[in-house]
Amino acid sequence: MNEALLRSLTPSVLGILVRRGADFAAAEDAVQDALVEAVRVWPADPPRDPKGWLITAAWRKFLDATRAETARRRREDLVDEEPAPGPAPSADDTLQLCFLCAHPSLTPSSAVALTLRAVGGLTTRQIARAYLVPEATMAQRISRAKRTVSGVRFDRPGDVATVLRVLYLVFNEGYSGDVDLAAEAIRLTRQLAAAIDHPEVSGLLALMLLHHARRAGRTASDGSLVPLAEQDRTRWDTGSIAEGVEILQAALARDRLGEFQAQAAIAALHADAPTAEETDWVQIVEWYDELAGLTDNPVVRLNRAVAIGEADGPRAGLAALATLDDSLPRHTAAAAYLHERAGDLTTAARLYAEAAGKAPTLPERDHLTRRAARLNAR
Amino acid sequence: MAKYLLLKHYRGAPSAVNDVPMDRWTPEEITAHMKYMNDFAARLEKSGEFVDAQALAPEGTFVQYDGEGRPPVTDGPFAETKDLIAGWMVIDVDSYERAVELAGELSAAPGAGGKPIHEWLELRPFLTAMPTITE
Repeated sequence: MNEALLRSLTPSVLGILVRRGADFAAAEDAVQDALVEAVRVWPADPPRDPKGWLITAAWRKFLDATRAETARRRREDLVDEEPAPGPAPSADDTLQLCFLCAHPSLTPSSAVALTLRAVGGLTTRQIARAYLVPEATMAQRISRAKRTVSGVRFDRPGDVATVLRVLYLVFNEGYSGDVDLAAEAIRLTRQLAAAIDHPEVSGLLALMLLHHARRAGRTASDGSLVPLAEQDRTRWDTGSIAEGVEILQAALARDRLGEFQAQAAIAALHADAPTAEETDWVQIVEWYDELAGLTDNPVVRLNRAVAIGEADGPRAGLAALATLDDSLPRHTAAAAYLHERAGDLTTAARLYAEAAGKAPTLPERDHLTRRAARLNAR
Repeated sequence: MAKYLLLKHYRGAPSAVNDVPMDRWTPEEITAHMKYMNDFAARLEKSGEFVDAQALAPEGTFVQYDGEGRPPVTDGPFAETKDLIAGWMVIDVDSYERAVELAGELSAAPGAGGKPIHEWLELRPFLTAMPTITE
């Protein structure tokens, strides 16, 4: 049983059902039912045309479900309208489905859940476990999301930026749970890149590949966080880096810069450096300047201040930091780091401890606490 | 997509507006209160924001390691403990603002006289896993 094949077929089968006139929510249920049947039947009796098999099975499930309800007239209309089965432009269907699942009427968490289920073909249970919520809660979140978008017309072009935001959220959720959300986000972004030619889709894909490449180096064997400068760069995935850089260069050559391309450029400069000391911080600061022009996200200016600290020295970094709102997340952590670099270890120790108290994640809190303890023990 | 703990205190939170102990309510008022809490949880399940809800018995035991090969020491319960947790609800929501909104609704649960208790609930964010992209 090839689960990857099944899941790669999911979005276009769903797209075809909706195109044939099925209501989105009902179509999605029918495709899930067909997937369950495929898992049961295929090992003993593999189909010659898996996609055709799935379309036929899902359409039959949909008709059965419609028949079971009272909407007999609507069903008969649909049967009359049913087009001759045949190959449909699957890239287009996948794209439409992505737009629908990232529709602006959905909250971010609903859009994420619906995308993983309808485009990614994950089960509700897998999604629930990935986000550490009860399965019943995730089932409700998904069915609400389906109801929200069921009235949306399927034939209008959507905004690719909304889809990219959803995929970014999935990627950035991290590595907890038994579904690898980062890998799943990369798979879906590849699928999107195959369906639409857009430099920011390439930018996001490059960004993901470049960060994913460093994954093995980010965590020590005891699970603790390893900062970028201390990572064992031989553990980075050079194949993934090379692919990310190539995709990014092709995107940048088109001269339509966007936020994800700029972020990917920064990630590429880190990935390119054989050692932390050889990092081209001057160029990184320039990219942060570009990025600050594309987004008003204050986190960009915070990261820029840290980069200035590396390019022009910690005092310059602290001066840049002083112009920012000190209630920004990780502001205290950045100040602690820059003070440590400047040699003011007493202030650094105090700020590390303070930053640990404000850390939004467990690995960061532990990391900052260790930094403070190391300076206090000197 | 952030998890928050809504913490309900027996003691340790500032006083509620409608601060009548539950054993002085009428049975109907208690029933109405329970129904409000259950309906609230059911509504969160429907909106896909519910994670967990639990109530705790008020009396607990303190337990301490007492050295190799010895059974743990137990002590308490301590009647004078300042901070006493009554129970919690865990929610998974899109924003801090939504978490505050929900805590506000829960605090409006009816008490004596069928009027909202205006109880102070403590809202605490969960520490999360590390995001993939940080720089």
